[in-house]
This record gives sequence, C-alpha cells and structure tokens, in this order.
Amino acid sequence: MSRRADPAARAPRALLLPAALGVLLLIGPLVALLIRAPWGDLPSILAGGTVLPALGLSLGTAAISAGLCVVLGVPLAVVLAGADGWPAPARRLARALVTTPLVLPPVVGGIALLLLLGRVGLIGEPLYRGFGVTIPFTTAAVVIAQTFVGLPFLVLGVEGALRGVDARQQAAAAVLGAGAWTRFARVTLPLAAPGVAAGAVLAFARALGEFGATITFAGSLPAATQTLPVAAYLALNSDPAAAIAISVVLVLVSLGVLVALRDRWLRGIAG
Amino acid sequence: MSRRPSLVPVAAATLVLLAGCAQGGSGAASSSPTPSASPSLSGSITVDAAASLNEVFPELATEFQQRHPGTRVVFSFGGSSTLAAQIVSGAPVDVFAAASTKTMRTVQDAQRTAADPVVIARNRLEIAVPKGDPGKVTGLADFADAAKTIVVCDETVPCGAAAQQVFSLGKIAAKPDSYEPDVTAVLTKVRTGEADAGLVYVTDVVAAGDQVQGIPFAESDRAITDYPIAALTDSKNASLAQAWVDFVVAEGGPDLEAAGFLAP
Amino acid sequence: MSGALDARIRVRRGDFAVDAELRAEQGGVVALMGRNGAGKSTVAAALAGLAPLAAGRILLDGVVLDDPEADVLVPAERRPVGLVQQQAALFPHLSALDNVAFGLRTAGLRRGAARQRAARLLQEAGLGELAARRPATLSGGQTARVALIRSLAREPALLLLDEPLAAVDAEARPLLRTAIADRLRAFAGSAVLITHDVRDAEALADRVVVLDGGRVVQAGPLADLRAAPADPVVARLLQA
Repeated sequence: MSRRADPAARAPRALLLPAALGVLLLIGPLVALLIRAPWGDLPSILAGGTVLPALGLSLGTAAISAGLCVVLGVPLAVVLAGADGWPAPARRLARALVTTPLVLPPVVGGIALLLLLGRVGLIGEPLYRGFGVTIPFTTAAVVIAQTFVGLPFLVLGVEGALRGVDARQQAAAAVLGAGAWTRFARVTLPLAAPGVAAGAVLAFARALGEFGATITFAGSLPAATQTLPVAAYLALNSDPAAAIAISVVLVLVSLGVLVALRDRWLRGIAG
Repeated sequence: MSRRPSLVPVAAATLVLLAGCAQGGSGAASSSPTPSASPSLSGSITVDAAASLNEVFPELATEFQQRHPGTRVVFSFGGSSTLAAQIVSGAPVDVFAAASTKTMRTVQDAQRTAADPVVIARNRLEIAVPKGDPGKVTGLADFADAAKTIVVCDETVPCGAAAQQVFSLGKIAAKPDSYEPDVTAVLTKVRTGEADAGLVYVTDVVAAGDQVQGIPFAESDRAITDYPIAALTDSKNASLAQAWVDFVVAEGGPDLEAAGFLAP
Repeated sequence: MSGALDARIRVRRGDFAVDAELRAEQGGVVALMGRNGAGKSTVAAALAGLAPLAAGRILLDGVVLDDPEADVLVPAERRPVGLVQQQAALFPHLSALDNVAFGLRTAGLRRGAARQRAARLLQEAGLGELAARRPATLSGGQTARVALIRSLAREPALLLLDEPLAAVDAEARPLLRTAIADRLRAFAGSAVLITHDVRDAEALADRVVVLDGGRVVQAGPLADLRAAPADPVVARLLQA
C-alpha cells in the first residue's frame, strides 16, 4: 500500500519540525561519535586487551539479565495487569514501586542494592555470615544491577501488551476447558508475545548500557565486573580516543544485536 | 590502555585560545595577592576541582565571598581526569584544581590554562579500612591477600596511578577486587563495609570522620600527589577567576592542612 | 449427554439487572431474542460460567452449575457447555486445526491425537482445506463454521451461539445458516441461539424466548408468538 492510497494516515505537517529536531537529538550525538572515532586506531584499541573481555562480559550479562527480566517480569506484569480488582491506592502504589528504578539515578540504585545485598546489607549480611557468600564485586552483582534497571521496561511493556489481549479470547479458552494456567500459557502469553519480545529487547538494551548501578554495586574488575560502559568511562580519564572507540563498539554492537533480535522475533510472530 | 596523545583537543580549543588570550592577560595583570586591591570583583565563576577538595574549597569560598560581596564561587567536584576531559572538550569552566600535575598537564597541552599552574597542596595515600578493621588489615602487604576484599582507583585516574606506584615500590602483587573510577567510589566501598581495605588519600580518611580508620604506610612517602590550580583561558570573568586562585594560594594553607593536606 | 436446561438467571451488571428463566429440552434449540442491550449476552455469559449468578440457579441435566444460595459455582472450564462468540471467535495465533484441537487437548487428548481428531472433524464439515489457515485469512462465514466445529468437538451438553451470523455478509448468511442447521441436526445436546434476526430463529430454533430490559416478555414456539405477540417489541422483532 502506497502512502497516496491512505491520505488519512498522513502525519500533520506541523509535527514534522519537532519530529526532525527529535531525530537530530537522537542521531546527532551518534553521528558525532562516529565522525570523531579514531577509525585507524580502532584495531589496535580493540586488540588492547580491555575491550574484548569487556564486550564479552557486557553481551553475556545483558543477555542473562534480559532473560531474568522475562522470568521475573512477565509474572509480575500478569499480576499487575490482573490487579483491576485491587483498591486504587494499592494498585497505584504497586505500579509506582515497579517503576521506581526508572526514575532513580542508577548510582543511587547501586547504593540501594549495596544496602540490601552488600556484605553488611539487610540480606547480604546473613548471606555472608551464614554461608560466606558475598555478592558485590562479582559478575552476579553485574547481572543483578542490570536486571534491577531493566525490569521496569519489561514489566511496563508486557503489562500494556496483556491489557491489549482481548478478554473474550480468555473467555473462549475457559469455555473450551482451559484452566487458569492453560489460558495463560496457550492464549494470553502467545497473544502478548510481541510485547514480551519488545520488553525483553528494551531490557537487554538498558542492561547493555548500564553504568551507574553497576560501578556502584559491582565495581570494576576486568573480565569479571568491568562491562563495556565502565571501560569506556575509565578510558575517558586517560585516553579519550580509546573511550570514543569503545563507545563506537558499544553502539555498533547494540545496533547489530537489536536489529537482529527484532528481525528474528518479528518473523517468529508473523510465521 | 595505551598512552597515546589525546586526539580530542581540536580546532575548538584553538579558537578558545585566541578568544581567551586577552582575558588571560588582564587576569594575570590583576594577580595581586591582596584581594582588597580589586574592588571591581563581582559575578560568579565555576571551579572544577578534584573530589578530595570538596570539603576545604566550600569553606574557603565562604570566606572569599564574605570578603568580596557580590561574588559567587560555584563548584563542580569530580575525578580530576573526568573534569580535565570536560575542560579540554570546552566545558565553560573558570578555574581548575587537579589532584595531579599529570592531569593538569593535559589541560595545559590543550592550551586552556591562563597562567602557569601553582601547587597549593600535596596529598599522600593512606590505607582506609572500615571502622573496627573487620578485615584485620595491618599494612600494604594485605593488598596481596586474595581472600580480602580490596578496592583501589583505576590506574587511569591519579589515585590509581599513585596506588600502582606504591605497589611497585613495595613489590606487592596487589589483587584488587575492583578498580574504581575515582577516590570517592573507593571510599564509599570502604565506608559501607563492602571492602576490607582501599587506598585513598589521607584527606579522605580525615573527611570520612570515624566511619573509616586510616593506616599509614612507608611507601606513601615516595608517591606524593601534587594539587595544582590554574585559571583557565576562556573565562568570562577572568579577574574573579584569578582572584580566587590567588586567594587559595595565599590563604588556603591552614584550611588545607586542617583537612589533612601537606603543605606544598 | 442430553442437555436438559433449567435455569433461573439473576445477574446484576452495574445498573442493569437480568432476571430471566430459560428452559431447553434435550436436543432442543431455543432462540433467545431481543433488542440490543436486552440482556441476551449476559444470559449466555451466566450459562457459560463467565458471569456468576447473584441469585437463581442453573441446572443442566440435573446437575447444579451455579447456585449462590447453596454456594455452588462450577467454573467455566469444567462446565459441559460450548460457546461460539460473535467476535473474537477464534484464537488468532493458532491455525484453524489447532483452534479445534485446543478444546480436545484440555479434555485430556495428547497433541497428536487431538490434531488428528480435529482434522477429521474439519474434514467431515467440508472445511478440510482450511486446516492450516490462520483465522486472519478466513472469511466471516468460514470463521463462524470453524468456531462452531471447535465448540462441538468437545461434545458439550449445551451449546451457546451468540449471534453467529452477525459478522457475515448478508449474501453469505443463507449458506451459513444451512451449514449451522446441518451441524445442529447432528448434535445431541441442546442449544441456545442468541439472535436479533427472526430468520435465524425460523431456520434453526424450535422455541423462542424474547428478552427485553433483562426480563422475559414472551416464550413459546415461534408461530404462537407470531400469532399473538405480547407487546410491540415482540411484534417488531418477529417481523421478517
């Protein structure tokens, strides 16, 4: 269908200017980064021993975090989406609590995680005293920090998708003999799948770029907790060119992964 | 991380230099150590300063502002290297106080300093441990103990470079659990009890009060950090910038020493 | 299975209340007629177990499905009741075959057996070539027929048809009506057909119940109602 065929769908002209400015704001910094990137030095910077371990760590932890977000976030979204029967204040409070990490400065989020899971934290202290387990300064801490900041994206996305699922489909499933679990697994969840996929992609992207909570809660040790954003930030101190190079790698990898995932998921849904 | 010269200082910095020369000159001309001799001081300046100065400088600023009513000194504290990178990239800053001469050098190389930097204080490293020393840390040798949770600054920042220096002087194969982006981050992890020990400056231990304990060690004598200060070229208020520098140089001593700094 | 229905349905939805009695003999087809908002779909929801009764009782073949006084409520998934909805008739993410197989699997058949039976049922209804198609690619008539097969596959005692012809073009209706009549003839249980079109009642039902404002205004064989409509609402509904 060509654009001429559907004039009613055309965007009002008045929106074009702010839209263009929006694009400029989104794309401009990336373009500047790419133009200023020391392309010639890129191979040597990549081979420098900092970038590749950080890249591997970032991709691995972000993938695990996105998976954790799905495992924890989908049930949470289901509960929230079914919360219509709750009193309004409880519903509002629940939703506000879930979205808190979105408004919390990530560094503060990192401190909060330390207060909970650190060696002298509410849960961390008994863990340490009882089992000798410490969470900060471990790769697990990176994953926890990333999941913490990524979860709201998934929950909000999935909750919206669940609300979009036609209640009549669930009614039909019930009348066809499906209990609550079967209705969820075979009707509601498949119908909300695009929302789950989009939420997981967003959570992955957020995890990949996570810096503040990670540096505060997990620290920075090459190959263990030093993710690509942390490496980029540290490089900025001594070698801005290297920092730009690392950022370029981060941008290219993120774009590549997001485009690839999107494509695959969209195909999966359409097929 | 390689140590190639930075690619970032570019045309913009050169333009800034041209624009800033005249101002820099006038600023230098008014560089009298007697602040009362500059009655025309007014307006505000932004001072980027190493995180370890964030207790002393506000105190000095209160004094300075009382002496020169109508002036305002605004601070931005952070890791020296980050601040330097921002200044080199054209951040509108009037004065820079760094925690190392090497960091100040990157700003000088970008020709952003209006006059030669002056060292106002010196600092030395100290081992910081949480109150009560739960990790039973007694000296620098404990930094090689993998069973202890150790944090230091990343070597890309001055406190981290100094840490590497003392480790090599003491022939210690340090096994840190984290290389933090600045000294504040190291202190936070010691203060919250997450780390058994960290390497910070004496001044940080003083500032943290009774939440952390300091353990001096011999190698720190040979890794003293200088704190240079300089007015910057593209200041919109060059006379006030220079007056602040002069004030800190001439009268900051007692406050700096009270905070644990060594005299220059 | 027989499908003898004896229901007194009292449901309250906001300001609207339904208070209706409904009976069906085994194997019978009752047309539930009324204007928009008369309460027809609410009655269907109550029978299907999607809206619990506030008062009254639903008995199907002597078994209590809902009785608030006795605190009995059989959930929708455990009632021997089928429902063909007017909209959202099929699961959009499943093929026609898997739609039909859905209710067979919940009844305990394994995946392979359920799909085999579903394929045979579609074949018997002359819809075999639609098996692999997604609902989005089916016409309104095809959708309604697949939805009917899906409900009948579970061999319910009571089948609820909520405006099964409403989403179909006028030209396609006679054909679909015939197809539904064929299916119902082979169906041993009873059926409640919700419609506002008297032609559906003529072709498919042996009794008519007219609802208005949530209450039954007249019930009986279509001819009797035609001969002596209780009020102008009934008269207008029954005009062909």
